[in-house]
Order: sequence, then C-alpha cells, then structure tokens
Amino acid sequence: MSILRRHLLTRHSVLPGFGLALGYTLLYLSLIVLIPLSATFFKTATMGWPAFWHAVTAPRVLASLRLTFGASLIAATINGIFGLLVAWVLVRYQFFGKKLIDALVDLPFALPTAVAGIALTALYASNGLIGSQLEPLGLKVAFTPIGITVALTFIGLPFVVRTVQPVLEELEAELEEAAASLGASRLQTFRRVVFPAIAPALLTGFALAFARAIGEYGSVVFIAGNMPMVSEIAPLLIITKLEQYDEAGATAIAVVMLVISFALLFAINALQWWSARRTREDL
Amino acid sequence: MSISVHHIAKRFGSFVALDDVSLTFPSGELVALLGPSGCGKTTLLRLIAGLESPDGGSVSFDGDDATRRGVRERQVGFVFQHYALFKHMTVLENIAFGLRVRPRASRPAEAEIRRKVHELLQLVQLDWLAERYPAQLSGGQRQRIALARALAVEPKVLLLDEPFGALDAKVRKELRRWLRRLHDELHITSIFVTHDQEEALEVADRVVLMNRGRVEQVGTPQEVVEEPATPFVADFLDLHDHGPAWLIQAKIRHRGFELRAIDQELQTA
Repeated sequence: MSILRRHLLTRHSVLPGFGLALGYTLLYLSLIVLIPLSATFFKTATMGWPAFWHAVTAPRVLASLRLTFGASLIAATINGIFGLLVAWVLVRYQFFGKKLIDALVDLPFALPTAVAGIALTALYASNGLIGSQLEPLGLKVAFTPIGITVALTFIGLPFVVRTVQPVLEELEAELEEAAASLGASRLQTFRRVVFPAIAPALLTGFALAFARAIGEYGSVVFIAGNMPMVSEIAPLLIITKLEQYDEAGATAIAVVMLVISFALLFAINALQWWSARRTREDL
Repeated sequence: MSISVHHIAKRFGSFVALDDVSLTFPSGELVALLGPSGCGKTTLLRLIAGLESPDGGSVSFDGDDATRRGVRERQVGFVFQHYALFKHMTVLENIAFGLRVRPRASRPAEAEIRRKVHELLQLVQLDWLAERYPAQLSGGQRQRIALARALAVEPKVLLLDEPFGALDAKVRKELRRWLRRLHDELHITSIFVTHDQEEALEVADRVVLMNRGRVEQVGTPQEVVEEPATPFVADFLDLHDHGPAWLIQAKIRHRGFELRAIDQELQTA
C-alpha cells in the first residue's frame, strides 16, 4: 500500500514530463529487453512441455548448466574478495603508478573477449608460460573447469572494483577514527563499521560480475576445450544446438538460464534492498 | 585527569601546524582552544587524542608519558564536528559500540549494556530515540548522541572538535549552554576547539588563544578580555574601541512608515 502511495506521489514531482519519461522508458525497455526475451519463451513454447522437459534434463545440458552457474559463482566470489582489495588499495594508498593500475582495471571491459580467451589459453596451456609451471604440480588449468573460472574471473573484475571504489572514496575517515577512539581494533573497525557501509555496493558488483559471467562466451570457448559433460558451458551448447538447426532446443536452454539468472539476481537485489533499507531514513 | 603537552611540534609538508607548544590542562576543567582556521587548534586536539603523532615533543596524562600510546589506549572520548555516527546502526547500537568492541573478559553483559545506554540517553535527554537511525535525527540530536557515545566508554578526557560548528545559530547556543551544564555535572576534563570567540568566552573555564601554530595567551575568559596579552588577542576578540557608530542618511521602512536618520550617532549598549 505504501509502495503504491509513493508511486502516486511521484506524479506530483516539480519536474514536468513524468508521463512522457515513463512512457519512453517502458517503450525502450520493451523494444530492447522484453520483446527479445519473450520471443525466446514463444519459440520454446512451440515444442510442448514433454519435449521441453526432455531437452533441458538431458545429462549434457544439466552438466553445462551446472558448470556455467558453478564457475560463474566461484568467479564472482573471487572477484568480490580481490576486487574489494584492489578498490581498497586504489582508494586508501598513494603510490607510484597508481593511475596506471587504475586504468588497467578497465582493460577486461575494453578487450575483445576472444582476445582475452586466446591470451589466457596461450598462458595456461601445458606449454604456456604459467601452464608449464603448474603442470608438474598436477594442476591442469586450460581445457578444464578451472580454466573457465580463470576466464570468468578475468572478465568480471572491473564490475566489483568500479562499484566499490566510489563508495569507499566517500566513506569518511572520521568514522574509522571514531571507532578507534572508542577502543575498536582495526579488524573490528573493518567488520563493524567499514564493511556494512560498502556491503550494498559490493553486492551490486558481485551481482554484475556474476550476471556477466553467466552470459560470457567469447573468452571461455578458447580456454574451455569444450568437452561435453566436462568443460562445455551452457552458452556454447546453445550455439551447438543452433548449428544443428535445433532452434527450439537452443531456446529451451536459454529459457532455463533466464529463469535461474532472474531468480538469482532477484534474490541478490532483495538482499541489497534489505541491507540498504536500514541506512535510509524514509522507509 | 590532567593533560600536559611539552614542546609539541607538527608539520604537514612545509606547513607548520604547531610550533613548540607547551600547555597544561588542569583536571576537571572545560578548556576552549580558540583561534582562526589554520592556527593549529584542531591538530593539537588530534595530537592529544592520539589521532596524529607529533614530530617532536611529548603528551602526558597525569604526568605519565602517553606520546607513544595509540588512540585505543588513551581512553579519550572524541566528538567530531560532523558527528561521525555509524549510519547503519541505531542510536542504541551507536552508543553501545564502545562497550561491545571490548575484549570478552571486560565486556559488560547485554542487560548491563542496555542499562548503561539508557542512562546515557537520559543524560543527553534523548531517551525516546533509542531505536532510530542517525539519518532520522536533527543535527543537534546527532551531536548529543555522538557525545553520549563518547561518554559510554567512561573516558578520562573529553575532546570536542568544533562540536557545534555544523549547527545553526539557535541550536548552537542551546547546545553550548547544555554542554556547560553537563560539564558541571560530570566534571570530566574537557577540551573543545572553536573559532567562535563568543562560544569560547561563554562556555569555557579557561581559554587558550592560538595563532599560526603558537599559543598567544592562556587565561580565564575574564582575564583574556580584560587584559589581552598580544595585539592578536585583542584583534581576534574584537576588543578595540571603535568609537561611536554613525547612521548616515539611513532609511528604515516598516509597515508603510518611513524613518529617516540623518547623521545620527548610535550609543553602544
């Protein structure tokens, strides 16, 4: 009820053009997002329920879905931890070459993903610079799920750094000084004062990195080796199905991915809303 | 607890913030550090708190050298100009913070913490705000909560950095009188920084006037007003005799009436 009232109140904003702006937003979102997405659902609907169930529960499909979501989750978690560290270092310390490192963070955004994939494969293959060092230790990275996780970590890094960085910059140093003067240790200060303040941003970065990793194709296909049941990601399986003119089968996987992604992102958003709500005054 | 600083010096790059400052703050007094911005008063306060370390000289508490002690060990309550309340915590949690972060052995029980927080909330007269978040409070309320939070750890010294600087004039006046009454109740050694001479003269037992990293004069409000030690003090406290003021060809309009003053001499009240 209060949500409804808040929305009605927005109409009385001092800025004109609410109707036009909202109309344009809805039209735009429909054209760009909703119509293509609903097309996937319609295409899938043509195959009927039993055929759909058969297509998406095939062992090869389930294995690829498990791999895609599992590797994405691990990659986003790694990015959450190390992205926070990178953001922390970039905000809190002054050192030579800081601007350069700051620019470096965006590179995974700008680099064509195929280039990243080829570079990573060359590095981690058994005759590559890093791969040849890891191989004697019994660790095979290229053409395994580990390699996929490495590629997904690479492309997801900027999301966490760029969402946490501005929040960390705006965090007043006085808060930490106040905590210290009240007797808190460095660890307590971080856990009780700094972390809660940056948690919503960290969660956003995590969600973005995770969403990006789920849909990633270009950088993964080179390093994955694409062995069915072992290192074949769901987006690749969709392409494979399309190449075999199994369009309904391809969209069926796409629909499953969409539903899972939506559910996960919705859950993350809910968590974020819950954690941000406590610091806001009007809710 | 009495505090003294001996030959304290502090630079930031080429800027000399404090230049050989020696002072003693007697136990139980409310002292104002007064001076224009950039005079080193805040730096001195932060040095006493342990939030900065001096380039030279020493800080001692009750005669014990505390220069090497960190801010955690000094047991000082620090109040910031912009409150520095923890936004994600309720008022209750903010005040309880200092008690909750204690090592388990010396941490009070939950019931004891709550009792103490409510006692402090009564002291600052904001008992009904315990479950609110800082964003829901006015500036004056926030600063009183920040003060309660600092007092929760039973500090030996209370340090306030421009505590009323971010408040509007009316609230500022109320709050500084309230601080004076609170100090009369608690008798905790307190030092506050201000650039407002009226505030310092009205509230403090003793005023330290500072300029360009040096102490110009130390004395009671009466002493510094009646016998300013240096031209700077007289100037900063605005003690010069300016002679009579004149209204020259002034017009004052009020509800259709017009008052004309032609070269009228004004008497100072």
